[in-house]
Order: sequence, then C-alpha cells, then structure tokens
Amino acid sequence: MWRTILRRVLIMIPQLFLVSILIFMLAQLMPGDPFYGNLNPNSDPATIARMRHAAGLDQPLYQQYIHWIDRVFHGDLGTSYAVNKGWTVTRIIASRLWPTISMGIIAAILTYVFAISEALLSARHENKTIDRILMVWNTITSAVPSFVFYFLMMILFVYLIPIFPASGTGIDDSQSFTTSFFSNLRYAFLPAFTIALFSTNSIFQYLRSNLLDQQAQDYVRTARAKGVTIKDVFRKHILRNAFLPIASGIGYSITGVLGGAMFAETIFGYPGIGALFVQALTSRDYTVITAVMLLQGFLALLGGLLSDVISAWVDPRIRVK
Amino acid sequence: MAEKLLDAQDVSVEFKIAGEYQKALHKVNLSINHGEVLALVGESGSGKSTFAMSVMGLHNPDQTKVTGSIKLNGNELIGLTERQFDQYRGVSVGMIFQDPLSSLNPLMKIGDQIAEAMTVHDKHTQQVSNRVLGLLDDVGIVDAKRVAQQYPHALSGGMRQRVMIAIALANEPDLIIADEPTTALDVTIQAQILDLIKEIQQKKNAGILLITHDLGVVAEMADTVAVMYAGQIVEKAGVEELFNHPKHPYTRSLLRADPSDVKPGETLYAIPGTVPALKDMDHNKDLFLQRVPWLDESVVNANVKDELQQVGDHHYVRGTAWQNFEFNDVTEGENQV
Ligand SMILES: Nc1ncnc2c1ncn2[C@@H]1O[C@H](COP(=O)(O)OP(=O)(O)OP(=O)(O)O)[C@@H](O)[C@H]1O
Ligand SMILES: [Mg+2]
Repeated sequence: MWRTILRRVLIMIPQLFLVSILIFMLAQLMPGDPFYGNLNPNSDPATIARMRHAAGLDQPLYQQYIHWIDRVFHGDLGTSYAVNKGWTVTRIIASRLWPTISMGIIAAILTYVFAISEALLSARHENKTIDRILMVWNTITSAVPSFVFYFLMMILFVYLIPIFPASGTGIDDSQSFTTSFFSNLRYAFLPAFTIALFSTNSIFQYLRSNLLDQQAQDYVRTARAKGVTIKDVFRKHILRNAFLPIASGIGYSITGVLGGAMFAETIFGYPGIGALFVQALTSRDYTVITAVMLLQGFLALLGGLLSDVISAWVDPRIRVK
Repeated sequence: MAEKLLDAQDVSVEFKIAGEYQKALHKVNLSINHGEVLALVGESGSGKSTFAMSVMGLHNPDQTKVTGSIKLNGNELIGLTERQFDQYRGVSVGMIFQDPLSSLNPLMKIGDQIAEAMTVHDKHTQQVSNRVLGLLDDVGIVDAKRVAQQYPHALSGGMRQRVMIAIALANEPDLIIADEPTTALDVTIQAQILDLIKEIQQKKNAGILLITHDLGVVAEMADTVAVMYAGQIVEKAGVEELFNHPKHPYTRSLLRADPSDVKPGETLYAIPGTVPALKDMDHNKDLFLQRVPWLDESVVNANVKDELQQVGDHHYVRGTAWQNFEFNDVTEGENQV
C-alpha cells in the first residue's frame, strides 16, 4: 500500500515537469506580451525594448523556461501586471485560495449527495416515473451550459428572494478566524449548492447504470440462494460493488474544482481562484495565468494520485498488485 | 412408501417477453428421493436452469408465471411468499452454479461469504468462524484459515467452486441443486469437483439435482436421468437403462453426439439445428422431430400427449415416434443447419 503511494508520488515529478513545459508553451502562444495594453502606445520602441530586455523576454525560449521554472522552485511566481498590479502572484493566490477550497469542498460533497440520492431513487424505480424525471433532469442540466443556471440561481436567491449575500467571500482579516470562517460559509453556500445541483449528471448516470448492472450479477443470485432477502442483498452486496468505481472518482473531482469555479465564482461575484483566472485572462496577466494553470496541473495530478490510492484502498482486487 | 424429497408435478413456467408470456417449461414432472442423484440433461436453451430456478423460487415474480406443484419434503413451494421462500432457500436446499468466479461477491472475504449463509438464517449461530473453517475443511481446502481471509480473485477456479459447495452445504440441506457445476473448470479439476460432490452426497445422504450437458458426468454421477427438450421431459430412466436402451430420438441423438465416445479419426455426430425459440414452441407436438430431416411431415406434426409412456422398469418416454425411429446414415456426421 505505502509502496504504491510512494511509487505514484515519484511518478508525479516527471509528470509535473511535463505539465510545466506545456503550460509555458501555452503562455508563449497567447497573443501579445505582458506589456501589451499597459504601455503608452506612443512609447519609444527603444524604451519597450529595454523593458522587454529587463524582463528577460528577448532571451531564447529554453532559457526563459529555465529561468521561470527556477524561480517557481524558489516560490517566486512573479509579479502581477494587471489584476493586482505590483502584488506578487503568490500573495494573490494565497488570498484567493481559501474561498475556492471552502466552496469546492461544499460543492463536491453536495454533488455526491445529490447524485447518489438521485441514482438510488432511479435504480430502485427503474423505468418508472421518478426514474424518467431524473433522467430528463440530468440530461437537461448537462446539455444546457452551466452558467445559464448560475445566472438563474443568482437572480432567484440574491435579487428576487434575497436570502444570500450578493458578492464577496465574507472573509475579513480583521476578524477572528472562526468569525471569518463562518461568515465565508454563508457566501460560499449558494455558488457551491448551485454548482452541485446542476453537475450531478455524470456521477448519476454512472452510478445508476452500475446499480442496475450489479443487480444482474451472478453473485446476487448466490446471495439470494443463501436466503438473503432482496433488501439485504442490496445493502450488503450490491451497494458496495456499485459504489466502488465512484469512490475512485472522488480524487478526480478535485481536478474539476477550478474549472467549475471559473463561471460560478465570476457570476456570483465570489473572488476565488476561478474568478482570478477569468480576470487574468481578460487582462492578459501572464504571470497570474501561468501560475493558476500550474496550480490546476498540480491539482489534476494530485487528483489522479488520490484516485489511485482510494481505488487501491477500497478494492481488494487492486490491493494485491 | 417414504415421502419423496422433491416432487414436481406439472410445472410450467412462462416468461414475460416483450409484454407477452411465453412458455419455457411445459408440465414437467420430476421427483428425487432422499440420497438420489437425478441428472437433468438437454441442450442449451432446453429449460434446465429454468426448472432449477423454479425450485429455488428465484424467478423474478413480475416477469414470470410458475404453475403446477413443487413439493419439498411434502411442503408446497409454489405460492410461497418471498419471505417464506427466503427462509427455505439455503436451509432445505443449497445451490451450486456454473461460474464460481462471478458467483462470488468480489469484495467480500471467502469466510464472510460462507458465514453469511449461516447467520442469515440464525443470527445467534455459535462459533461461526469455527464452523466456516470446518466447512472449508469438508470441501477439501487444506489451508482453511488463510483461505477464509482471502478474496475470490485470489483463488483458483477449482478452489472457488469448492467454496461455492461449502456455501451450499452450510446448513446441511436435504437437496443440492448443481447447475453445470463443472462446465467452467478445466478437465482435471472437473473430476476433483465431481468426486467431492459425490463424496458429500454419500456422507450426508443428500438428494442432488445435477444439471449438465456432459454425458460423461451423467454416467459417473447419476442414479436417474431425465432428458429435457424445449421445456418438456422426453425421457426418464435409471442411468444404466438409459445408456443401454435409449428410446426417444432426442436421447439417442444426444448419446450419438457425445464427444467422449468418438475415436480418433471419426467425425463427431452433431444434431442438426437448435432448440426452437420460446415463441415457436408448440408443446402439443414432439418438438425434437422437427430437427430430424428424414422424417415424414405427418410424423413431425402429429399431436403427442404430455404424459410419458412407461416402456420398462422405471423407464418412461414421451410419444411413439421412437418406435420406428432410425438414424438415416446418409446424414450421419453432417452438421446440417
Ligand atoms: N428470465 C428469463 N426471461 C426470458 N427468457 C428466459 C429467461 N430465462 C430463460 N429464458 C429462456 O428460456 C429458455 C430456457 O432457458 P434455460 O436457461 O432454462 O436453458 P438451459 O437448459 O439452462 O440452457 P443452458 O444449457 O444454456 O444453461 C431459453 O430460451 C431462454 O432464453
Ligand atoms: Mg442453464
């Protein structure tokens, strides 16, 4: 078990390097450069060249990469050009991280709660009305772009029935930690709940078909032949087998947190990492963009690692290998 | 006369397929005495498992109609509620299935799967783990302590089938149903498993319903043989009588198509065609005759009574076509479809 984890962690190192190279190249492909739009259009070309030189932008690409990755290793992600001009990127990310984490955790938990309840209901009443309704509901929520629902929820619960605060994170550094924590929950809840409500589709579909599949397995017949009641066969045999693949997916759901947060945070005016990324994209704040992409890459790898560890932990068939 | 262990009378089963009920079993009569091994043979699709599942009460009640009478130790099973059936399954009758890997829960330890067979009927079973080890011992697993802690995937096919047998035996049932217990195993293991079943049967004096299409298995294990075709029994006899004096054309075709009788260089006889689909079964006829190309239409289409005719000591056959039946050598060895 520990060896599995260690091996997976070691594999992450070259993976991280690959991801960093990829992200660096992507940043290069973006139009313009960090000074784009920040300079007086009438600036003297010599001045621009000097500034570019000072920023190291006239060096060959591989050297730029080495410089960049070297600084990243030393915890220096550069300075923001636009979003919070003059702030270090580390400082910006630090200030945005907690809101995204708190919202992400609530969203992930609620997504599983919703998707699992829906799947259990559906599988129990296969092809009955409730099953059909849930199938249609999930098809709709996955077909319609999520931001449409985010706007609707925003209008509904912030303006029409104002039970949730309009924007902000509720975090106030002048307050005590606990006050800040609970005030943040009030702000995080609506976006998190909204994300969860409309993103059940993949888990729902997967779990529903798992449950139906497992009911037809031979081991179910064996359990019935022992005299185990239908209810207990479901509780003691089918559930665990059907949930197994879902458990390993929990790791991957980390990967999706930032992606899901982009629209939700922007629409609900909840300034976390997702909203930061959108801001950075629109203002071409390169250092911030690359830093957030790096964070996302790291989370993706971490999610994969977590998924593998969970699988190995819950599935005896994998445990042995 | 002593009471029969299993007594099935006029058992018919219909499955709801695309909204309509279609008959898979038609008026099956079978009985098993205490300590008797009854082999039920027939090609794929003839209804053997359907009969077994009726005895176990494991057909989906929403999609299946089971009629007739099935008595176990004199108690009627047809019409029992789900709850009543749960109390009898695994207690009076245990079942062994074809594929021991898929028949075991992949996420549950072997020991727990065996223990469940006991605790499900009596929560206060004493010394469950000792009894589990005892059962594993009974089915010839040497390393019982270690095996009990393992998951099914870690065992070999033969070991898994031994575990399935231990589960079936957990409550010392009077009747054991084995539905093709060796089909999924390789040949050397097959022999071991058959020996084990035989040994247990003799030790516990249990009755066995053995479903197979391997006539070698029948010859080795069975006291009595029933031949099933298209949901009907076409012939029933003691094992020696059946092998030495087969009457029904289907029985004779099966014996002729037995691969274990073929000598090197000989062509294996294959019965032309396949068992008809449920919707094409007219149980007033002797359905097998449709697959004998050289027979007269009038013979093939003749109406035949459900009841079997006695033709010898404990030997019963359906219809009269067997009286003039002969293999037409022109078609021998050919596999006509
Ligand atoms: N649950 C079911 N629903 C519909 N049809 C079924 C069902 N179970 C069995 N049948 C049909 O009933 C017929 C008999 O099937 P059964 O499984 O009893 O055959 P079998 O003799 O056990 O064959 P095999 O040797 O392949 O196991 C087949 O035509 C099969 O398709
Ligand atoms: Mg079968």
